[in-house]
Amino acid sequence: MTQHPLAVTARDLVKTYPGGVRALAGLSIDVRPGEVFALLGPNGAGKSTAIKILTTLARPDSGTATVGGHDVIGHPGRVRRVIGVVAQKSGSDPVATGRENLVLQGRLYGLSGTAVRRRATELLDRFGLASAADRPTRTYSGGMLRRLDVALGLIHRPQVLFLDEPTTGLDPDARTALWDEIARLAAGESLAIVLTTHYLDEADRLAHRLAIADRGRVVATGTPDELKSSLRGDAVHIDLQAPPGDEAVVLRALAAVPALREVTLDGRRISARADDGAGAVPAALAALDQAATPAAAVTVARPSLDDVYLRHTGRRFADADNAAGASALAAMAGAR
Amino acid sequence: MTAIAAQTWWMTQRRLTALARQPWFLLIMLIQPAIWLFLFGNLFRRIVELPGFGGGSYLTYLAPGVVVMSALSSNMWAGMGALEEIERGTLNRFLVTPVARSAIMNANVAEQALSTAVQSLIIVGLAALGGASFAGGPAGIALLVVAAVLLGTVFSALSNTVGMLVRQRETIIGLNTMLLLPLTFLSPAFMPAALMPGWMRRLSDANPVSWALLSAREALASDPDWGSVAWRGGLLAALAAAMVALSIRTFRTYQKSV
Ligand SMILES: Nc1ncnc2c1ncn2[C@@H]1O[C@H](COP(=O)(O)OP(=O)(O)OP(=O)(O)O)[C@@H](O)[C@H]1O
Ligand SMILES: [Mg+2]
Repeated sequence: MTQHPLAVTARDLVKTYPGGVRALAGLSIDVRPGEVFALLGPNGAGKSTAIKILTTLARPDSGTATVGGHDVIGHPGRVRRVIGVVAQKSGSDPVATGRENLVLQGRLYGLSGTAVRRRATELLDRFGLASAADRPTRTYSGGMLRRLDVALGLIHRPQVLFLDEPTTGLDPDARTALWDEIARLAAGESLAIVLTTHYLDEADRLAHRLAIADRGRVVATGTPDELKSSLRGDAVHIDLQAPPGDEAVVLRALAAVPALREVTLDGRRISARADDGAGAVPAALAALDQAATPAAAVTVARPSLDDVYLRHTGRRFADADNAAGASALAAMAGAR
Repeated sequence: MTAIAAQTWWMTQRRLTALARQPWFLLIMLIQPAIWLFLFGNLFRRIVELPGFGGGSYLTYLAPGVVVMSALSSNMWAGMGALEEIERGTLNRFLVTPVARSAIMNANVAEQALSTAVQSLIIVGLAALGGASFAGGPAGIALLVVAAVLLGTVFSALSNTVGMLVRQRETIIGLNTMLLLPLTFLSPAFMPAALMPGWMRRLSDANPVSWALLSAREALASDPDWGSVAWRGGLLAALAAAMVALSIRTFRTYQKSV
């Protein structure tokens, strides 16, 4: 059999949930064999929905997708044999031990008794669960559960591993440990990894390539460096001493500074780009003083993924995430 | 087919292990029928004196009734387990592996069948200790257990279907509370249909609980009419198969809402 050139393809996936929520509005991605691909997006961007479709759990309203060369709609059975899935919710069985969970999982892929026991022991060691292997998983910490979930996804040596928010809810140490393990997986086995995350630093650290998702579609794709350097020049951030009374005044003042491009104002925070960030700062500060809206702090940095997100969606990543969280809270409050 | 059989075995083993690790739950499952045997056995003891009942020991009459009522009431809650597995993400984890949908549902049925069989035999044992007699002997008792298991299958599959479709604990609780007593009392569990008003008797005829009871009591008689056992038992088996098929189909509807 010839190796399909792409581990995952998704073309124009659309999914509307009952009740009219449009979770995906034409999402397309390509994942190459052996690479770590991150789908980065705020709450509600459609990341989990995309993963559910690619892993044959849900069906799209329209669009096509292949995983390991198999069509997810036409041949879900073939897709299931080549994928490992770590969903956003831990699906392990709380009354069974870690080892029992792994052995059952291997059995479902048709592994024989000795093969599955050997593989379970190997994975328990590898994910630092050997000493807890024979305890019911309801006694595991969040980090241990998450590591067990990843081990469950790997039991049958899949070609493509899907990780839906693998580190959400973990403390910083547990997160770093899991990052190391994912990075090792990506290096060691000829495994393609598709992970979703809301953490810019996670995507930056783990992904060979990433797609930024917003409101059910991909707004930018590339390597982290490509995406950052597509924003020619430096990011200049200026915090004002107080929120301006009239935003237009500030924007007009800065428009008169030729070195600055793409100026946006969000509360007290001004973001802009400049080929030579440090060189542009004095003129910018002077212009702000002139406009009687003096600056409190200035930073000049190489662009971050947050800047990339801002550029493509017009919103800051954290704001989009908080807004989604806040509206979810409001919806919950409304439902009471 | 062999793959499905193997998968069903692994999935059943998982559920039985989980069950064995909840001794309190098992104990309650056994204490409850013991209470029913004792309460109803004493409360209705003199019912046998009513003309039309036919005399004999009330405990002997009641024992199959309690077996069937217990099978009904413990299997009705199957949907709660299904809901918990949906909420925890366990069902979704299985659905993205190569495991057959039918193996997942068959494992539920197998686990319920085994626990219903054990529960039924223990009730028979308790009743025998209390002085009930089982004229039909081991064959009659075996058929009583089969009838209880089939009835349990009907209601556990129904409960799983409702759980997967409605995804709400309250609905299952409401449905069970609403159904348990009418289904039990609109059957000859405690009193022969001959003593019921006519409209009740007609409802009782259409009640699967009655089918289970009538075929089991017939099988337990000293000289059973096997035709009547087979006819009602067959009806019950067909209903059980249909309910399981329906619950497997529900996966498709469930996956639309995932
Ligand atoms: N089963 C469902 N039924 C109805 N609506 C749903 C369902 N699952 C997701 N949605 C809606 O679809 C949209 C996308 O959800 P999705 O879970 O894919 O987002 P996400 O990017 O994974 O978000 P998060 O970061 O919060 O996990 C959201 O508006 C969500 O409310
Ligand atoms: Mg999600």
